[in-house]
This record gives sequence, structure tokens and C-alpha cells, in this order.
Amino acid sequence: MDNIMSIVMAIFGATSQGLIWSILALGVYITFRILNFADMSCEGSFALGGSVSAILVVGLHWNPFISIIFATIAGMLAGVITGFLHTKLKIPAILSGILTMIALYSINLRIMGQANTPLLGESTIISIVKGLLPAAKAIGMKDSTLQYWVILLVGLLFAAAMIAILYWFFGTEIGCGIRATGSNEAMVRAQGENTDRMKTFGLVLSNGLIALSGGLVTQTQGYADVGMGVGAIVVGLASIVIGEVILHKRISFAAKLISIVIGSVIYRIIIAVVLQLGLNTNDMKLLTAIIVTIALSVPVLKKNKTKVVREGEV
Amino acid sequence: MLQISNLYKTFNANTINEKQVLNGVNLQLTPGDFVTIIGGNGAGKSTMLNMIAGVHFPDEGSLVLDGIDITLLPEYVRAQYLGRVFQDPMMGTAADMEIEENLALAYRRGKKRGFRWGITKEEKELYVEKLKTLDLGLETRLTSKVGLLSGGQRQALTLLMATLQKPKLLLLDEHTAALDPKTAGKVLELTDQIIRANSLTALMVTHNMKNAIQYGNRLIMMHQGKIIYDVAGEEKKNLQVTDLLSKFEIASGEEFANDRMILS
Repeated sequence: MDNIMSIVMAIFGATSQGLIWSILALGVYITFRILNFADMSCEGSFALGGSVSAILVVGLHWNPFISIIFATIAGMLAGVITGFLHTKLKIPAILSGILTMIALYSINLRIMGQANTPLLGESTIISIVKGLLPAAKAIGMKDSTLQYWVILLVGLLFAAAMIAILYWFFGTEIGCGIRATGSNEAMVRAQGENTDRMKTFGLVLSNGLIALSGGLVTQTQGYADVGMGVGAIVVGLASIVIGEVILHKRISFAAKLISIVIGSVIYRIIIAVVLQLGLNTNDMKLLTAIIVTIALSVPVLKKNKTKVVREGEV
Repeated sequence: MLQISNLYKTFNANTINEKQVLNGVNLQLTPGDFVTIIGGNGAGKSTMLNMIAGVHFPDEGSLVLDGIDITLLPEYVRAQYLGRVFQDPMMGTAADMEIEENLALAYRRGKKRGFRWGITKEEKELYVEKLKTLDLGLETRLTSKVGLLSGGQRQALTLLMATLQKPKLLLLDEHTAALDPKTAGKVLELTDQIIRANSLTALMVTHNMKNAIQYGNRLIMMHQGKIIYDVAGEEKKNLQVTDLLSKFEIASGEEFANDRMILS
């Protein structure tokens, strides 16, 4: 009974975490799927969002909500850099992202002045929202359970808001231009749009979302770490492909965005369950790689095999 | 209308692969000209069109379109004056997007794109009307992904997109070469019809000499980066394929040895 209870709690915690991380996945979706641009700067901008948010709260005692706005802006600037490297200096997409990512490692250390910034004793987004609710005891709940509920609520609100914004944005003229750029650059130029501008726009939006996610993760886990972005890109991809495998591929854009959030939650649940079964956190990266591999290979395995019929056989 | 002066272009200069593709091209178009361009492989036909479109920039020379010097304008800026259809049916449309979304992108050619809605209701009605003129049944498939269309359908759609905003000049770069003969014929008919209906000025590269004679009011032949033959009006109408072959031999001093052009 205790065992089952702890698994239920783990899944509950994983769901709330999945919602917070889903914003990262939405950002990765913009570059990898819509823009067809393998943007590695994501790992750096995720930690950048965390660092900026943490230092503004701990160092300057700013309101944590304002801190994540600045985290988002910082991420957008990182996107501008990657866009500049790729479109103006003609550095290949992957390398542009890697350069930004590696540069951000040092920048994040500079921002925090150390490798790790705990938010101990500071008010966070979670503590502020929790403060608005009645105390855990008063509603007969464990404090940790209430904490999960708050994270769940915050994650749900942010994920819903971002889906709404993205749905609107990719319906606008610029949004359509970005989608077309990901599909056929030559055609977009022939139709009179600057593809460099479209790519930079997409990178800015993507890295802004990723940094926002980094800021929110910092706020919920109570610290920022310079290494928090390692593997973020694979986590984002895992969420996208899990979402694609579970929901059919030919679905509306809004449903696609929602499927990414669901994919992110499922990914966290898989991780939580496996951890409960005895693997430790050091195995997480290997596990993530395996999950992504499986999810990516499903369409290949599903493909119909040709049935070879030779003459004389029926 | 279009004034091409002394256009020179060498690819891979100072290497073993050096290739002089344009060797002093001069061409002047008058409004309403529908010019067909023929010539062997490597004659510089596509390069000339790409240079007008801004894909490549000339080493020397100038391009003036309707009084505007476009020699150094980036491809996406001069696109507002040009309609383009490519040889590869995949190149003119975005496969992952719907038919109406592709048309909406083309409808905004030369206009500033902002945060307005990417496609409006009134536009959709316009697109249905326009698609009906293609007579391919696409008007009932506005929300189909373009990737699902056949090569011929995609070329017809690209043609429509290229002329949705009336271009000062329409560039057709062997736009039927990748299609089967029947579809190619249909797309050519459609091209002629659209050019007449909108009284467009057009440049059409083709490998098919019969088509080059049949369509348009003027024909030019290119060889080794130069225009070696330029004919218009009655004289062009009365041309025969054999005339073109002998003209080529006289002008170039070589035999016209290109199966694709003789057989087609």
C-alpha cells in the first residue's frame, strides 16, 4: 500500500514537473519542427533563464514574476545571437547553436558568480501562489502535496498561455512566413520575404520560451545550476516525439501543441516510474536517450512491410 | 521594360572549374513581350533568369526593370516585381502548408508582413475563384497540404501564385521540363492563357523548340553565354524547327547536338 501510494505521489509530482518543462518542449518544437533548424543554443538559454531568474530574486530581491520576464528577454537575446551567427556570418545552423550554447556557459557563471544559486529563504513564484491559498493543514493536506498542486496549477496556467500565444502567432502573416521558411526557403524569398529575418524571429521566440521554462524550473526546484540545461534539447525532443507517437501526426496545429505538453508529462511519468523501480538519477540521461530512440523508431517499425508474392504462389 | 546591359558572370573564377556562363548579354524587353529562350545545356539561360531574380549577382553589367535599377537588390526585395516558376515543381510551393496558405503567402508578395491574420475570409473567396480558372478541381481542396498534389498541379498552383499579385515580369525557368508531355502541354496552355489575360511581360526558358516557336511573340537563342539569335513578329511565327537548327549551326559554327531538343 505504501509502495503504491509513493508511486501515485511520484506520478503526481511528475505531472506537475512535466507541465513546467513542456514550455521548453514548445520552444524546441519551434526550431526543430517548424523552422527545421537544429538549434543547440537551447541548452544554454535554458540555464540562462534559470540563472537570470535566480540572481534577480536572490541578489536584487526582485519579484519572482518579474524575474522570469527578464529571464525570457535574456533567452530572446540568446536567440538573436544564434540568428546573427547563422544568417549574417553564414555559420551552419548546428554550429551557430553550439557556439551560443558554449558561450552561455561562461556567461551564466558570470551572471551567478558561482555554479549554483539556491533560492533559500527567498519568495518564489510557488511560495507566492501558495501564500494565496489556505494553509495545508487547514484543508487537511500534507504540505508537500499542496506544493505539488501549486506547481501543477502554475504549470497549467503557463502552458495554456503559451499554447494560446503560439497558436495566435503562427496564424499571423509573420508566423506563416516562419512556417513557410521551415518548409521551403527558396519559395519564401521568391514571395518577397526575408528568410534571414524569419529564422531570427523563430530563434528569438524559441529561446525566449526555453529561458522562460528554465526560469520556472528554477522557481519550482528552488535553485539554479549552471549545468541545468545539459540534455535539455533531448528532453524537449522526447516530449515532442512522444506526443507525436501518441496522437496521430495529421492533427490541427492547436492539437499538436497540446500533444507536446501531454508528451512532456508522459515523459516525466516514465522517468518517475522507472526511478521508483530502482534506477537512480544518474541513469536519467541514458534513459532519456532510450525513450527518444524508441519513440522515433515507432513509425519505422509500424510501416507496412511489402508482401512479396512470386509467380505460382498464392 | 527590362534592360539587361553587358551582363558577365563567371562561376568558380581562377579555379580549374572556372566556367564563364554569361559573356556580355544585352537584352531589352518591351511591355507585353512574351519571350521564349532556347539554347543548349550550359548556354546561360537559367543563369540569366536567376540573375534577374537575384539568386546570383553579376560580375559586371546592370539590370534595370521598369526604370528601377535592380542589379544589387537582394532576392527578396526584388521579388515584389517578379513572378517566378521553377523547373522543380517542389521549389515553388511549401509542401507542408495548405493550398490556401501558399496562396496567402503569394498574395502578400511585396507587402509588409506583420501581426495581422495570415489569411482572411475575403481572400479565400478570391482563391476559390482563381483556382477555378485552373480547372484542376483544386478549388474544393483549399485546406489540402500542397505536398499531396501532383507535379503538374503544383506547377499550375505556382503559376497562379506567381501572378496573384501582377508581376512586372514573369520568369518561367523550364517550368514544364519535369512534367509528362500531356501535363506539360496543359500547363503551357495555362501559362499562355494567364499571360494573355493579364497582359504580362514574360521570359520563358524551354528545351522544346516547337513550344518555343508556338508560344510568345519573340524568340531568343543563347549559346556560350551570349544571345546569338533574336527574332520577333511575323518572322518568328513562320519559323520551323529546322530553321532553328540551321540558325544555330550558322551562328555558333557547331552542330546542334542535343537529343533532348531534337527529339522533343
